[in-house]
Amino acid sequence: MNIYNATITITLRKGILDVQGKTVEHALHATGFPMVSHLRIGKFVELTVEAETTSAAYALVEDASRKLIANPIMEDFSISIHEHVEATA
Amino acid sequence: MNYGIVRFPGSNCDHDAYFAASQKGTAFYLWHKDTSIPKGIDCIILPGGFSYGDYLRCGAIARFSPIMREVVTFANRGGLVIGICNGFQILTEAGLLPGVLLRNSMLNFVCRDVFLSVANASTPFTSALKPNQILRIPVAHGDGNYYADEETISNLETNNQVVFRYSDSEGRLTEAANPNGSNNNIAGIINERGNVLGMMPHPERYSDDLLGCSDGKGVFNSLEVFGLSNSTKMVEPTSY
Repeated sequence: MNIYNATITITLRKGILDVQGKTVEHALHATGFPMVSHLRIGKFVELTVEAETTSAAYALVEDASRKLIANPIMEDFSISIHEHVEATA
Repeated sequence: MNYGIVRFPGSNCDHDAYFAASQKGTAFYLWHKDTSIPKGIDCIILPGGFSYGDYLRCGAIARFSPIMREVVTFANRGGLVIGICNGFQILTEAGLLPGVLLRNSMLNFVCRDVFLSVANASTPFTSALKPNQILRIPVAHGDGNYYADEETISNLETNNQVVFRYSDSEGRLTEAANPNGSNNNIAGIINERGNVLGMMPHPERYSDDLLGCSDGKGVFNSLEVFGLSNSTKMVEPTSY
């Protein structure tokens, strides 16, 4: 078994107005950052997972994301998997 | 009617629901770790609050608590279930009702009285009310913006599954009367079978004139009327 680090980025689905993102974007425009656009606010989840392979780890995290971590009715998510390397002293 | 009121860690309207349900019926508390619903319960109430701290998403963790497996079975057998506020959020997360409750469009937590127009008075939860009757009921939520894709909304409308809409005091479905930006001013919906209701406003908080208003009694009176006329048709006894 290998240990993998996974990160899951969750945002509101495209097509659902991200009111929080819009509000922050407008605030940035009013604070000297008119060049900023398409700001979206989401959630970030990180975890470690035991699996045989990277693809197996991905499949597990994807399943967990669909079942609980994200709500596919309103959220999109993307997963990034990296093999875990123990830090050496 | 015998009511089972589910208490999750973070529920805070369980006492109000108990009070409202007890006026004409008999109420019992159920615990989120319970693995069965006692025989004789006619209606389950998922009360408002912040179950499991609303961590991750409102209702997302509560939906996996042991009692919810029983509530889903109960509902699938035709038992009456009403989810109020956080209870509505739990019902959508559990898949007993379609759609989701998004963050309020103005981002603020809304805690005030609103007016509701009764869109469907032919449900077990509204039969003592009149079509288009106006009720004054409190809301208290940060995530009450009902959203579903166009097809789902269209189906809800076609099947008369919208039970309550936010309106002004004259029954007009205006944007100003909508406290959270919900699709089509939706405040409460029922499932296709007609036995599971979810609503963001709190009828249990206005269930006695001493509380300032008793418009919420209509929901509980309806359930009692339904219970009397269907006493032999309620959910069949279980073998717990």
